[in-house]
Amino acid sequence: MSAVAGAFRNAAEQHRAALVGYLPAGFPSVPGAIEAAIAMAEAGADIVEIGLPYSDPLMDGPVIQEATRRALAGGTRVADVLRTVQAVAGAGVPTLIMTYWNPVDHYGVAAFARDLANAGGSGLITPDLTPEEAGPWLEAAADRGLDPVFLVAPSSSDERINLITSVCGGFVYAASLMGTTGTRDAVGGQAAGLVQRVRGCTSLPVAVGLGVRDRAQAAQVAGFADGVIVGSAFVSRLLGAEDTTAGIAAVRDLASDLAAGVRDSAVASRSRS
Amino acid sequence: MSALEELTAAYLSAKADPAFQADLAALLRDYAGRPTLLTEVPRFAAEAGGGRVFLKREDLAHTGSHKINNVLGQALLTRRMGKTRVIAETGAGQHGVATATACALLGLDCTVYMGEEDTRRQALNVARMRMLGAEVVAVTNGSRTLKDAINEAFRDWVTTVETTHYCIGSVMGPHPFPVMVRDFQRVIGVEAREQVLAAAGRLPDAVIACVGGGSNAIGAFHAFIPDDGVRLIGCEAGGDGLATGRHAATLAGGSAGVIHGMRTYLLQDGDGQTLETHSISAGLDYPGVGPEHSWLHDTGRASYRAVTDAEAMDAFAVLCRTEGIIPAIESAHALAGALQVGPELGPDALLLVNLSGRGDKDVDIAARYFGHVTGPAQ
Repeated sequence: MSAVAGAFRNAAEQHRAALVGYLPAGFPSVPGAIEAAIAMAEAGADIVEIGLPYSDPLMDGPVIQEATRRALAGGTRVADVLRTVQAVAGAGVPTLIMTYWNPVDHYGVAAFARDLANAGGSGLITPDLTPEEAGPWLEAAADRGLDPVFLVAPSSSDERINLITSVCGGFVYAASLMGTTGTRDAVGGQAAGLVQRVRGCTSLPVAVGLGVRDRAQAAQVAGFADGVIVGSAFVSRLLGAEDTTAGIAAVRDLASDLAAGVRDSAVASRSRS
Repeated sequence: MSALEELTAAYLSAKADPAFQADLAALLRDYAGRPTLLTEVPRFAAEAGGGRVFLKREDLAHTGSHKINNVLGQALLTRRMGKTRVIAETGAGQHGVATATACALLGLDCTVYMGEEDTRRQALNVARMRMLGAEVVAVTNGSRTLKDAINEAFRDWVTTVETTHYCIGSVMGPHPFPVMVRDFQRVIGVEAREQVLAAAGRLPDAVIACVGGGSNAIGAFHAFIPDDGVRLIGCEAGGDGLATGRHAATLAGGSAGVIHGMRTYLLQDGDGQTLETHSISAGLDYPGVGPEHSWLHDTGRASYRAVTDAEAMDAFAVLCRTEGIIPAIESAHALAGALQVGPELGPDALLLVNLSGRGDKDVDIAARYFGHVTGPAQ
């Protein structure tokens, strides 16, 4: 069982959803992001996603765009992202990289998988990679024991959900709404329906992302999903902080709050395998 | 994906539908002004090695460039899909103006995304779009040019896909855009091939076009692809020169990768981050290129060369003075290509150059460049 699968299994045994926290590498600095990610894990994130800052983040809203822009402007390289994974995974939390595809393609898929595995990484979340184009990555992932996580959206047809989930490993990332990353006042109404449809195709854990920003929303999502993914809310804490120390404290606070949220809706009747 | 699947199905259905094709042909004829002229330019040709040069006059199409061919097709498709809103990206503004035009004609809502840098250097086109009823959004992320406008348009589309069609302006992006836009633009080469045979009794030795995203070039090239004796020559934006790194010459200076939903050549650094591009012409300032051009390049069917800002402006001036035609700065890159290729091929050569647009939008930049006016840009 992969480390990611283990984390979901663990949460299920506690009759709660897993908390998945996202932070981009290199923001506010490479060491700062490492410290923030570890704090997030210590305060309750069961799984950590490390974002690879990219020049053309199509699916990201203004918050993550700004953070990754600053990370790139600060000189963050792919090697720094791998270092970040090493440090965070080394602190004992399953750690995946979330990345757009070109940087991996340019690095060389097999080489990237090797270096990710060597750094202690657990897998990749690939928002702009379709299963049709994923052949080399799926092969490398199988070779290296990495989880390939793909996204499904409310607009995904049942046929596509079937296709996507058939190649997924670790968990399925369900985008809660049609849109970019960023916190919203309400979690997308389409999320529950999407999770149902995904469950019809796979027994993999389903985690919902996009828009979750507080304990109440986390609890709401935890009521119907196996995992709650939070990104922009954490990044906002760092963006809005006076300095890195304050930012990391804010990240820690939010993580505790969200960790409480995913336990709020722990219900005896939750059926999880 | 579902938006792309829906679009692919709608496009294939429209392509096979005689009624759709008839509607499009009628608009191209009665509204856009097709077929466009093929003009022989002997005084320009004298500067280009002494052979014969013909210009395909996309500059005379309604809105002043070839962009109208594609937007009319996509606007009709939008209506066919029952959508009421169109969004677009634009670099120089020509595609934005063309999209706003088609939307005004067909009663569709229109929002155009344009890099803030470009809204400044092509301010008149921003005004045109607004006059035509479109909303223009200045994009302030990233390098604030075309690639960032594309990113923002995709972000809009992912949220509004139920009501909105994203009218991409070039032969780039995820399938079906490269093939669909090429199909809408290939009327250029189909007409030109017929016209040059009628005018000169033979096929050209070379078809030359500027390449940014690649739509006017693929439109000019496509009908000639089966004609083995016809060279296909693409002229990219060489900016300050390839060696300086300040350019947008994707095929000459880039490598294979993934950008905007396509596998193609792009200008990228060692980490696969997209590089910033530089060109005097906003319409060529794109770090990627249409995948069909990548294919033509890799198979050797077409060749691509970088033309510097200085070479393009020199050719711009030559056409103005020898033929009384003010070209778009983008198109001037193709003219510069002709000034190089002509002497390479000799005085028996026959060159067909796609004049993709007129230069009214560039008069301010060109006037400043040549010193005809001084002082700050209007």
